[in-house]
Amino acid sequence: MKRLKSFGAFWYDFVIGDDWRVAAVVVVALALTALLVHAAGVNAWWLLPVCVFAALGWSLRRAIAGPKP
Amino acid sequence: MTALPLILTVFVACVVEAIEALTIVLAAGLTREWRSTFQGMAAALVVLAAIVAALGPTITLLPLPALRLVVGALLAIFGLQWLRKAILRATGHKSLHDEASAYLREVAAAKAATVSSRRGVRDWYAFTLSFKGVLLEGLEVVFIVITFGANQHNVGAAAIGAAAAVVLVAVTGVVVRAPLARVPENAMKFVVGIMLTSFGIFWGAEGAGVSWPGTDAALLVLVPLTALVSLGYTVLLRPRRGSGPSPAPAAHPSQEVASS
Repeated sequence: MKRLKSFGAFWYDFVIGDDWRVAAVVVVALALTALLVHAAGVNAWWLLPVCVFAALGWSLRRAIAGPKP
Repeated sequence: MTALPLILTVFVACVVEAIEALTIVLAAGLTREWRSTFQGMAAALVVLAAIVAALGPTITLLPLPALRLVVGALLAIFGLQWLRKAILRATGHKSLHDEASAYLREVAAAKAATVSSRRGVRDWYAFTLSFKGVLLEGLEVVFIVITFGANQHNVGAAAIGAAAAVVLVAVTGVVVRAPLARVPENAMKFVVGIMLTSFGIFWGAEGAGVSWPGTDAALLVLVPLTALVSLGYTVLLRPRRGSGPSPAPAAHPSQEVASS
């Protein structure tokens, strides 16, 4: 069990890294893009770059602000 | 996309990882003993080769839109991690990754550990230190080679970039016999972060069904745009003289810890 946990923790750290919110924004933005393209017929090429750059700024701001209680 | 940008991107990314692996291998080899260190390194390379052999052909079997969606998401997340660290380091909010001090830490730990032989290995500590170092840094190399290579249907070119990086760092390490502390690692991480994020955005959106204006030429806008935004954040977050925190890591407590 302990080994399984540390195996999971390793992959979490490897893929997700220090801020899980960044990964969450990327996944949600991709889902929204797919929804706009396939359900609404909008070629939303602009959505992912906007979300990614905003997520980077948000994450940096949180990192600099320090740990929240 | 021709093979050259692919090779160069993989090459720069892999140089950074290879330098970090070299620091650990040197610490194990010079302070403990070389034979066990090389055994650990060889074992890690065998595991990495097995991962490439298993994942490489499997991932290329995925339909292209699904492959681009998954790989694009992973690259964007991975690239943003690199960019975040590089910007925090460049602005003094996180301590710079210093190969010389990382080496000294590893050496101190290696000197303190006792010698024990196990499973035909003379020095188990040197073996595991070398094995873990090469495996962990190598996994990032494997990830980059497989994702970039599979997306471009050119795993061979990506592997050439990675192999060239590993050979260059290994040869330099043998000649210098010291950690490569003068290599501008943060700047390289910054560049690689920009490339990984840009390609992640491009492939991820394509996988989601988007048609980029100008098709592949959109990358020629996306890469400089990502660089501009990242540089913009770096300028914005750099502490101003006389106001705000000192860029010295010790004087700037934050939740960030020094890591690779």
